[in-house]
Amino acid sequence: MRGLIKAAVVFALAAGGFANFGPVNAGEDLPAGVTVVKAPAAKGGPLAEILSGWGSRSKSTQQLQQDDFENPGYLWVDKGETLWNTVDGKAGKSCATCHDDASVSMKGVGAAMPKWDAKLGRPMTLEQRVNACRTDNMEAKEWKWESDQMLSMTAYVKNQSRGMPVNVQADGPMEPWVKRGKELYYTRVGQLNMSCANCHEANYGKFIRADYLSQGQSNGFPTYRLKWQKVGSLHRRFKGCMKNIRAKPYKRGSDEFVAMEIYLAQRGKGLQVESPAVRN
Amino acid sequence: MAKSKPRVKAPKKAAKGDIVTIKTLISHKMETGLRKDKKTGEIIPRRIINKFVAQFNGKDIFSVDIDPSISANPYFQFKMRAEESGEFAFIWTDDNGEVHTKKSKLKVS
Amino acid sequence: MKSLNRREALVFSAVTGGLLLMTPTGAFANAGDAMKTMEEFTGGKPVGDSKLIALEMPEIAENGNTVPLAISVESPMTPDSYVKRVIIISEGNPRPEVATFNFSPLSGVAEASTRMRLAKTQNVIAIAELSDGSLHMAKRQVKVTIGGCGG
Repeated sequence: MRGLIKAAVVFALAAGGFANFGPVNAGEDLPAGVTVVKAPAAKGGPLAEILSGWGSRSKSTQQLQQDDFENPGYLWVDKGETLWNTVDGKAGKSCATCHDDASVSMKGVGAAMPKWDAKLGRPMTLEQRVNACRTDNMEAKEWKWESDQMLSMTAYVKNQSRGMPVNVQADGPMEPWVKRGKELYYTRVGQLNMSCANCHEANYGKFIRADYLSQGQSNGFPTYRLKWQKVGSLHRRFKGCMKNIRAKPYKRGSDEFVAMEIYLAQRGKGLQVESPAVRN
Repeated sequence: MAKSKPRVKAPKKAAKGDIVTIKTLISHKMETGLRKDKKTGEIIPRRIINKFVAQFNGKDIFSVDIDPSISANPYFQFKMRAEESGEFAFIWTDDNGEVHTKKSKLKVS
Repeated sequence: MKSLNRREALVFSAVTGGLLLMTPTGAFANAGDAMKTMEEFTGGKPVGDSKLIALEMPEIAENGNTVPLAISVESPMTPDSYVKRVIIISEGNPRPEVATFNFSPLSGVAEASTRMRLAKTQNVIAIAELSDGSLHMAKRQVKVTIGGCGG
């Protein structure tokens, strides 16, 4: 094992020589439908600048997000559009029955998620909002968080906000959730005793073995990951990160992950929605 | 489960003799038959799209015999010389015999 | 470009070192299997590297699940002289066969691209068979990086 770690260290250091990795500047190559991948950070914040995960990927991965046809995430966006117009549940309604044309009614909606729900007295992620609509208005069954339907619907709805600035509410009733998310972000957990910040704040822009560490921004989710060979949710990515540091992951849709989602969106303000992004 | 529609990008119009580019993408896991189910330890049976055919006016212009080394959600890009107006047919067949077809018209002037 | 200092690198390697252990061993095609597949395709006829065929792939693949591949063969693509088929062979995947592109004079140009899986750093071979029976080969080495948390 010792030799293995040693070999891995050598590889991590040697990998610094790859020429095709590294953040790009806005105005150079950009993802389709997006004009900003690098933004100035708010004063007093923890980051010098806000960087989309786009810049941490290799040229050939980036190319998949530079043309909507090349982007396999659009297979889910297409499925989402079909589902939007499909009647489901006892009420005999589809999404379109109430919300009509998604390109009008859903514009900006995904960019502002998670959003405070005054009636429920809590924030709702896009997944939770979709399911609330399904059970309350359509009298249809809930979709599972990581189901093909939910991923397709969230990719479709988020895609209607592509290129719009991330616009989550962080004040008022959302404040305690931002605070809780921040707390979780900086809390070391797991056998490796690491926090989100150890990688994504202190070491972004460096190699973790052969992989280039991003700031862990959330503006591209749901994202098509080459590793998953499909689209996946932000909470799935959270779970993956927690497993990597040998921590017991929270559940998808848990208050912990919702708080982290809110904090991350707030932390990434200045970036634009890229969903569905293509990442490693 | 929402059935996925294949995505095809083919031109609608072309001048006679033009070389046109066609791009296709379809949602498929491309299960290799070499992976084990993490819970049961059993091999997950192979299920891939094993054949893709592109036809124009009923004649094969391009086809691919596919093995499991092709990525999930298979993508193919290829060309055709536009000689006459007509209809493209794109046909994907998987190991379970499931067939997806998409058609698209081309006007040649 | 910044890189990790020694201590950070050690910690990060511990994070991801397990991945190395999970890499399946055995059951991989080797150059010998690839050779067999090649012979089946060529019928044992000799085939050498040729300038007529080009195989484009990235030098380094960020993730082995989706590696772009493009082939092109110089040919007039007329009924008298055209590219019949191009086979793609992997030297390092569990099975050597990747795909066979079948062209016709209607193709106009013998060009095609797709995305393939690469289990590890290896050579990928493309062999074209033309309507006159001639064979033309191109070979590319692609390095597959074993990812950190991303890969």
